[in-house]
Amino acid sequence: MGNWLVNHWLLVLILVVWLGLNVFLFIYTFLTYEMSDKYYYTREILGFCSHTLRKPLDHNLTFHKLVAYMICIFTAIHIIAHLFNFEHYSRSQQAMDGSLASVLSTLSHPEKAGNSWLNPIQSPNTTVMYVAFTSIAGLTGVLITTVLILMVTSAMEFIRRNYFELFWYTHHLFIIYIICLGLHGLGGIVRAQTEESMSENHPHNCSESYQKWGTHESKCKHPHFEGHPPASWKWILAPIALYIFERILRFYRSKQKVVITKVVMHPSKVLELQMRKRGFSMEVGQYIFVNCPSISLLEWHPFTLTSAPEEDFFSIHVRAAGDWTENFIRAFEQQHSPMPRIEVDGPFGTVSEDVFQYEVAVLVGAGIGVTPFASILKSIWYKFQRADHKLKTQKIYFYWICRETGAFAWFNHLLNSLEQEMEELGKVGFLNYRLFLTGWDSNIAGHAAFNFDKATDILTGLKQKTFFGRPMWDNEFSAVATAHPKSVVGVFLCGPQTLAKSLRKCCHRYSSLDPRKVQFYFNKENF
Amino acid sequence: MGQIEWAMWANEQALASGLILITGGIVATAGRFVQWYFGAYSIAAGVFICLLEYPRGKRRKGSTMERCGQKYMTAVVKLFGPLTRNYYIRAVLHLLLSVPAGFLLATILGTVCLVIASAIYLLAAIRGEQWTPIEQKPKERPQVGGTIKQPPTNPPPRPPAEVRKKPSEGEEAGAAAGGPQINPIPVTDEVV
Repeated sequence: MGNWLVNHWLLVLILVVWLGLNVFLFIYTFLTYEMSDKYYYTREILGFCSHTLRKPLDHNLTFHKLVAYMICIFTAIHIIAHLFNFEHYSRSQQAMDGSLASVLSTLSHPEKAGNSWLNPIQSPNTTVMYVAFTSIAGLTGVLITTVLILMVTSAMEFIRRNYFELFWYTHHLFIIYIICLGLHGLGGIVRAQTEESMSENHPHNCSESYQKWGTHESKCKHPHFEGHPPASWKWILAPIALYIFERILRFYRSKQKVVITKVVMHPSKVLELQMRKRGFSMEVGQYIFVNCPSISLLEWHPFTLTSAPEEDFFSIHVRAAGDWTENFIRAFEQQHSPMPRIEVDGPFGTVSEDVFQYEVAVLVGAGIGVTPFASILKSIWYKFQRADHKLKTQKIYFYWICRETGAFAWFNHLLNSLEQEMEELGKVGFLNYRLFLTGWDSNIAGHAAFNFDKATDILTGLKQKTFFGRPMWDNEFSAVATAHPKSVVGVFLCGPQTLAKSLRKCCHRYSSLDPRKVQFYFNKENF
Repeated sequence: MGQIEWAMWANEQALASGLILITGGIVATAGRFVQWYFGAYSIAAGVFICLLEYPRGKRRKGSTMERCGQKYMTAVVKLFGPLTRNYYIRAVLHLLLSVPAGFLLATILGTVCLVIASAIYLLAAIRGEQWTPIEQKPKERPQVGGTIKQPPTNPPPRPPAEVRKKPSEGEEAGAAAGGPQINPIPVTDEVV
């Protein structure tokens, strides 16, 4: 162990620092949420600990990718190092020059105490290749590296977004990876001198006189070596336990009955499912995993909940975006009775829960990315109905960017009701929404220009007119900054990366340097 | 898994294999391992494979994300026509390229990965997939004033004669149409 540490001290140092950093970050964030004053009101609403623990864990995807990159880098370093090691072992086995290295390499032959060899390459005719494929370490090493590469190539963003099943099933090769990783060190190829042997042949005293080992002239006997036991299981045991626990939990949850109370087919191939499950409770903007055994036994897909916590059912809106979703929608379209069975796991928390903590909230949803905000707006509607005074939000700016008009339809009803609601309560200024149609053509624009004078928009029937093209964020942000010079504004996005970049830039640009003046904070959903 | 295009994954796998071949080759050559010349071959093969696989082919359905700066290699790969379009040829090519690297431990990982890529390409070829280059769409510059050929030859249409003659409408008609101009404010011609 000592020798190993001496040889690998840099690796250990880096790993310790990295792990330590992670632990530190976790504890620091956790304590910040628990203790810091600025989260006092957050805790008022959310309660201690139960929600604060979830937020760092919800950045799991980012962490997972980070760990994956680190594994790849360290695998590369590990392989290159061992390639050099094997090459040196091979050379010293073949060296006839009577050097210390060659003497050490021939060690096991005269000894009858079987396993006291140092050089895994036992004869000059053995090639590196042979040892690699006949030792446990070599075989498992090649296998798990191949598996790792397959997992990484199928997890590239392009493949993941467009051919999700391939990514999902290939990624389950990790089972082979973890098992073989545990077995990798079993052969004990990395050898250290035994304690007993150190007393008979200490390197400090005896390394010079290696030609005389075991003879009458010298006190030094031949050194004995032993392999040190595999250590990788120590690293992987805890994560494996957590993972198994999570799968068991998912299995248990999936066995609970899910009752489908309503199925709505919206235009533009959007399916709304309203369901009920015993003991299910949710917060705004959370998501669930859904499995439909009749379509695919093993696949679980995430969907944002579009219902508000105040309703007595929970709902999801599913858009056709790949094999599974298309089959799913078709299964419900055909209206077979009985309806296909659904299994649900969740709900899991996301950043949307923070919306009510900001005085002013800017919500941006692109296309189907509006779903978490559907939940939020509905929840606001209910809070108003019940005159909930704990609502911290004073003003909401809602931007929905969409390519085609058909996709508006299912959300229309909600916005319509909200419009009326606001008017009745006399709070017309509370919800400020803008709809942007990016896939317009001259036909639509012509219609819009023709109906310019009408009070309601021709596409949506809402009082607020539809805009065409993309929003000019600079104008929007400066307008918000001017209207709320002393507020903290939370910006929430559920949409593509490019949009996230421009919004983040605007947040930086329009946040005032004075912390008492307007500050924009950017939060992004991650799917 | 009905809509999967295997060639896309094969492409990623082959690109990764190319990089691994280069790395293994550098290790073997720099360390002057036994039979290091296989390492030198590995570097060359790896570079060739990376160049060949860098331009991503076009997906059959939907839009394809180009790799950064791939249009230059697309032009080159396109030149070889059926040699690069056909995935059977690519499968065989990768299989052959992987063999010499299999003699050296440092590069055998590249061999394994390339063989897998070759197998996936074979599967893609059996399913009838092809490599189609991603073309730049020609920018349609709207011709400003393109529809304006020449100025109109006829004067604008005037309302029928009866309308023009009516006194109540005559003023408006006269002012709007091309009839004698009736000025609301008397105008004097300053030109003497």
